[in-house]
Amino acid sequence: MTEILRVENLRKSYDGFLAVNGVSFSVAQGELKALIGPNGAGKSTCFNMLMGQLRPTSGQVFFDGENITGHKPRDIWRRGVGRTFQITGTYQSMTVIENVQMALMSHHRKIFSIAPRAWKLYRDEAFEFLRTVAMEEQADRPCSILAYGDLKRLELAIALCHRPRLLLMDEPTAGMAPSARIELMQLTADIVREQGVSVLFTEHDMDVVFAHSHHIMVLNRGELIADGNAAQVRNNPQVQEVYLGGGTLFKEDSHA
Amino acid sequence: MNLIRRTVLGMAAAAALAPAAALAQDTIKVGEINHYKRMAAFAEPYKKGIELALSQINGDGGVLGKDLEFVFRDDQGDPAEAVKIAEELMTREGTVMFTGTILSHVGLALSSFAAEKGYLYLASEPLADSLVWGSGNPYTFRLRASTWVQAAMLAEEAAKTDAVKYATIAPNYAYGQDAVAAFKENLTRLKPDVEFVAEQWPALFNIDAGAEVQAIERAKPDAIYNVTFGTDLAKLVREGGDRGLFDGRSVYGLLTGEPEYLEPLGDEAPEGWYVTGFPWYGFEDGTPGKTFVDAYVEATGETPKIGSLVGYMTAQSIAAAINKAGATDTASLVAAFEDLKVEGTPIGELSYRAIDNQSTLGAWVGTTALEDGKGVMVDWEYKNPAPYMPSDEDIKAMRPAE
Amino acid sequence: MAFFLAQFLTGLANAAALFLVASGLSLIFGVTRIVNFAHGSFYMLGAFIGVTLMEILPGHVGFWGAILLTGLAVGLIGAVVEMVVLRPIYRAPELFQLVATFGVILVIQDLALMIWGAEDRMGPRAPGLRGVWRIFGEPVPKYDIVLIAITPFILFALWYLITRTRLGVLVRAATQDREMVGALGVNQAWLFTGVFALGSALAGLGGALQLPKGGADLLMDFNIIGAVFVVVVIGGMGSLPGAFIAAVLISVLNVFGVTYLPQSTLVLMYVVMAIVLIVRPYGLLGREEVAGEHGQVGAPETPIRPYGPLGMALVAALIAALAIVPVFAEQFVMTLIVDMIIFALFAASLHFILGSGGLVSFGHAAFFGGGAYAAALLVYHTDTPMELAFLFAPLAAGLLALAIGWFCIRLTGVYFAMLTLAFSQLVWSVAFQWRDVTRGDDGLVNIWPAEWLNAPAPFYYFTLALGVGGIVFLRHVIHSPFGYALRAGRDSPRQAEATGIDVKRVQYAAFALAGAMAGLAGGLFVFSKGSVFPTTLEIGESFDALIVVFLGGVKTLAGGVVGAGFMTVVEDWLTRLEYWRLLLGLVIIAVVILMPEGIVGSLRTLWNRLRHTDEEEVR
Repeated sequence: MTEILRVENLRKSYDGFLAVNGVSFSVAQGELKALIGPNGAGKSTCFNMLMGQLRPTSGQVFFDGENITGHKPRDIWRRGVGRTFQITGTYQSMTVIENVQMALMSHHRKIFSIAPRAWKLYRDEAFEFLRTVAMEEQADRPCSILAYGDLKRLELAIALCHRPRLLLMDEPTAGMAPSARIELMQLTADIVREQGVSVLFTEHDMDVVFAHSHHIMVLNRGELIADGNAAQVRNNPQVQEVYLGGGTLFKEDSHA
Repeated sequence: MNLIRRTVLGMAAAAALAPAAALAQDTIKVGEINHYKRMAAFAEPYKKGIELALSQINGDGGVLGKDLEFVFRDDQGDPAEAVKIAEELMTREGTVMFTGTILSHVGLALSSFAAEKGYLYLASEPLADSLVWGSGNPYTFRLRASTWVQAAMLAEEAAKTDAVKYATIAPNYAYGQDAVAAFKENLTRLKPDVEFVAEQWPALFNIDAGAEVQAIERAKPDAIYNVTFGTDLAKLVREGGDRGLFDGRSVYGLLTGEPEYLEPLGDEAPEGWYVTGFPWYGFEDGTPGKTFVDAYVEATGETPKIGSLVGYMTAQSIAAAINKAGATDTASLVAAFEDLKVEGTPIGELSYRAIDNQSTLGAWVGTTALEDGKGVMVDWEYKNPAPYMPSDEDIKAMRPAE
Repeated sequence: MAFFLAQFLTGLANAAALFLVASGLSLIFGVTRIVNFAHGSFYMLGAFIGVTLMEILPGHVGFWGAILLTGLAVGLIGAVVEMVVLRPIYRAPELFQLVATFGVILVIQDLALMIWGAEDRMGPRAPGLRGVWRIFGEPVPKYDIVLIAITPFILFALWYLITRTRLGVLVRAATQDREMVGALGVNQAWLFTGVFALGSALAGLGGALQLPKGGADLLMDFNIIGAVFVVVVIGGMGSLPGAFIAAVLISVLNVFGVTYLPQSTLVLMYVVMAIVLIVRPYGLLGREEVAGEHGQVGAPETPIRPYGPLGMALVAALIAALAIVPVFAEQFVMTLIVDMIIFALFAASLHFILGSGGLVSFGHAAFFGGGAYAAALLVYHTDTPMELAFLFAPLAAGLLALAIGWFCIRLTGVYFAMLTLAFSQLVWSVAFQWRDVTRGDDGLVNIWPAEWLNAPAPFYYFTLALGVGGIVFLRHVIHSPFGYALRAGRDSPRQAEATGIDVKRVQYAAFALAGAMAGLAGGLFVFSKGSVFPTTLEIGESFDALIVVFLGGVKTLAGGVVGAGFMTVVEDWLTRLEYWRLLLGLVIIAVVILMPEGIVGSLRTLWNRLRHTDEEEVR
C-alpha cells in the first residue's frame, strides 16, 4: 500500500512543557487508522499540527510526498485533507444542506462570487453527500436544532465535499449513543472501502477502535508507545500498563 | 422587505405633520433653528431675548397687522439636520424666513442652503467671517460683529503697548484659527516688529490647561492673546492664575468679557485683561441699553447675557425688515434687509450694510476687574465696527456671489 | 530638566481622574462584557453631585467627605441603571447592551440639565490647597501633588480588592470565564450589579476629584468618553494595571504633545491607540480573546432565504408606492424620505459587515463622510461635473476601506471596533485640520446636484434608484456565495478555514464593499444637503448607524433598514419637543428591553409564535 501521510519526529512544546514529543508514523492509502491514548496524551495537539491549526515546534508532516508542515488549514484542505472536529464546528445560521453547499462552493472556487443565489448552487450534489451520511431527510432543517450525533454526521459530509484522500476525524463519536457510534463508524468504514479514502481518527471508545480500525497507535504523554494491528497493540505491555486503571476498556475479548 | 414598515412609518409621520401646514396663517412665522440642547448655556438666554422682543413687538401691534411668531427648532448642532429643518420650516410650516445658530459651520450650511433655494437667512450669532465675505451670498445677512472686527479691536489696543513677543491660545477649530489669524494680521499691520512665539491649540472644551500654561510660560511671551471660552477659559484662568502665567503680562481676551464666560468664573475672574464683552451692569439710566437690561431682568428674573442681546436684536431686525418690505415674500424681504435701519435697539440705530449684508452692531471693549467677588468690565467703551472693516473694494473682491 | 519634570507631574496629575474613570470602565467590561458608553455620564454626574455636596458641606472634612459621598451616590445610581436597564438584556446579542447605554446617556443629559441648569459650574477649590509649590523652581499646583499622591493608593486599594477579597476572586473568575462563576454557585446577577455599581462609583469619584482642576458642565460626558475608551483599550480591556499604565502614558504624552506639537491635541491619543493596537492587538496587558467567547449569545440566527412571491410582491408594491410619492406629496415628505433612504443605505452597509460578518465597526462614518468629502472636494476644487464626482464617492470610500481594513481586519471583537474608531478619528482630524483643502469645520458648501437633478422630484428619483438599488444589491450579495462565506466565517471560522475559505480575506473584501456602499450613501447625502462638514465623520455619526442596526435587529436582514427608518421618524418627531433627549433615551431603552432581538427580530418571533411554527422556521 502506498503511503499517503508521513509524520516525522513531530514535537510541540508550550512554555517548556512537551505536549507532543517526537512522534513519527505514517498512514497508508485506504487505511483506517486509530490514534488512542488517555486524556492529555497529546492526540488533539497532534491533529491540530497535522491540519495546520497549530505550528509544530519541530518535525515535519508530509502529505502525498509533499511537505505541508506549517501550512495553513485551508491550504492543506486544498491538497486533499478533510477534517472533523472534536467539538463540532458547523454554520449555525444555515440549514443542513447549506452547510454542505458552502463546502461545495469552496470546492468549486465560488467563494468570491456575488452573482448567483447561494442556496440554489450545487444543491443536488450536496444532497448526494447528505445521502452518503444518511442525513438527506434533514436537509432543510436549521443546523442549530440538530442533535449532536447528526452534527457529527453533517461534519463528515462537509469534510467529504472536497473529495479528500485523507480524513482526519477527532473523536468522531464522542457524545453519541452507543448504537449511533457503531452506525457512524460503519459509515466511515464504508466510505474508506468505497472511495479509497484513508482515515486517521482519535477515539475514546475502545469498542469502536478495535471494531473498525485496521491499525492502532497509542499515544501517552506525548510519545507514541505502540503502532500496530489490534492484537499487537492489545498485547503490548506498555499499553497495558497505561490503560491498567481503565482496564474495563479491554474487557474480555472484544470484537477484534 | 422592511421598506414596507419604513414607508408606513414615513407616511404616518407625514400624516401626523400635515395639520400644521393646514392651519390658517393668522400670524407671520419666522423659523429659528439653534442648538438648544447642545449649547444650552448660550442658547437659552438667546431664546429669552427673542421672546422679550416678540412680546414688545406684538404688544405694539405686531407686524403688518399680524402677530410675529418664532418657531423654535433644535438642530442638535448638526448642519445636515439644520438644513432639513430649514426646508421643513419653509415648505410646510409657512415661515417667511429663518434665523438662528451659534456654531459657525451650521450657519454656513444654512447660508448655502438659503442661497440655493432662494430663502432668506439672518445669521444671528455665528461669528465666522466667511459667512458674509468668502462664502457670502445675497440671501444671507448677519447680525453679530464678526471675528475679524472684534479681533481687530483688541489688536489696536495691543499695538499701543511695548509688547513684541506674543503667545496665542485658541480652540482648535475654524473660529479659533480665524480669530488668531485676524489678530495676527491686524497687529502685524499696526506694529510690524511683533513676533509670535507660541501658538497653542487646545481641543474645544477639552483643554489640558496645566500643559497649555506650561507651554506658554516656556515661550516667555510679553503678552498673551486668548480665544478660549467656556469651560476651557475657566480651566485656563485657574491653572494660569495658580502658576503665575498672567503676572506682569498683558492679556487680550476675545469674548472673555461676555457674561456667559465671565460670570461662571466667580471670584477667580482674571483682572486687568483687555477683552471684548457685554458690560450691561455699566449702562447708564436713560440709555437704550439700560432700558433693554431693565426690561429683560423684569421679564426673566435673570441678568442678561450677550446672547440675550443678540436674540432681542434678531427679533427687532426681522420685525423692522418685514414692516419695511410690507410683504413677506423672500424677494421683498431681501430687498428690505439691504440698507435696513432698525430703530430703538439697545445700541440705538442698527443698520444692515448693502455691501456685505453685515449689520453695524459693534462690540464693547474694556478691562476686566473684580467687583464684589464677580468679574466685570471697567473702563469700557462701545466701538463701532466701521473703522475695523476691510475696505469696500476688498470686501467686494471677497464676495464671489455678486 | 526641571521643566520636563514639571511637565511630567502635570501629566501624572491629569492621569489621576482619567485612571479612576477608566478603571471603572475596564472592570465593568471585564466582568459583564458591556461596552458602557454611559460611563462618561457617571463621570459627569460625579462632578455635578460633587459640586452640590461641596456647597453644602464645609471645610476639609466637607470637601473630602463630599468626594466619598459622591462616589457612593453615583455607585447607587449605577446599580439602579444596571438593574433596570441592563439586567433584562444580558441574553441579547453581543454588544447589544451598548445601545441601551446610549439611551442612558441621553436620559442623564436631560436630567442633569433639568436639575443643575445649563450654566457651567466652576469646581470648588480644595481647602488649603490653593496655589503652588515650587519644585526646582517650577510652579506645581498643590492639588496636582495631592492627586499624584492619591493615585497609587487608589491603584493599591483596587489591587487589594481584586486580589485579596472574595469579591475580587469572583471578579477575576468572571473576567476569565463567565460561565464558571455561574457553576461556582454565585448569583451572577448580583455580581454584575455589584461590579457595575463599583465601576460607576469610580467614575463618580473621578468626576468629583477633578473638580478643583475644572468644574461641572453638560459636555463633560462626551468629552471624556473618548479618552477613557482609548485608555482602557491601550491598557487591554479588563486589565487594571493596564489602565493605569495607559492613563499615565496618554496623559504624559498629551502634555508633551501640547508643548511640542500644539496642533496635535485632537488626535494624538487616537494615533497612540492605533499604533498600540497594530503592534499589540490586545492592548498592552490585555489577553487574547478566546474564540467564540463573545460569540453569538442568545437564540441562534434562523437560516435566511430570499423573499417568496408574496414578499417580492410586497417589495414591488412598496417601491411603486415610493415611486408615486412625488405625484401627491409635498416637498418636505420627499426630503424626509430621501433622508431615510440615505440613512437606511448607510445603516445597511454597516449591517452587512456587522450582521453577516460579525465585524462590529465603531468607525463606519469614515466611509460615509469619506464618500461625501471625496465628491465634495472634487466639485469644490476642480468644478468636476456632479455626475462624475458622485461616482467618485463610493470609489474613494471603497479605497479608504481597503486601506483602513488592511490594519483592522487582523483584530477581533472590541479591539477591531476600537481600531476602526481610531482610524475614523484620524480621517475626521484630517478633514477638520487640513483647512487649505477641506476648509476645516467651515466645511465645503455649495455642493449642489447637476442642473437636471436639482429639483425635489428628480433628486428624489435619483436617490430612490440608487439608495434602494444599493440596499437591494447588498441584500443580493448576502444571498450570494460571498455572503454565505462571510457568514460561514462568522459562525465557525475554524470550520471555514478547514474547508478552504480564507476568512480574513473574505472579511476584508466585505469591509471594502461595505465602505463603498457607505460612500455611495455619503455621495447622495452631500448632494442632497449641498454641504459637508467634519460632523459627517464624527464618532456620533458612526454610532447613529450602529444603534439603528442594533435597534432594528442584528440577526435579521432588514434590521438596519428598518432601524434607520424607525429612528429617522422618531427623531423627527421628538426633536420638536423640549426634552427630546430624555424621551429619545427612554424610547431607545424601551425598545431594547421590550425587543431584545431588535424590532424586526422580535416582530418575527412574535409572528412565528402566532403561527405556531417554531419547528419549521425556514420559510
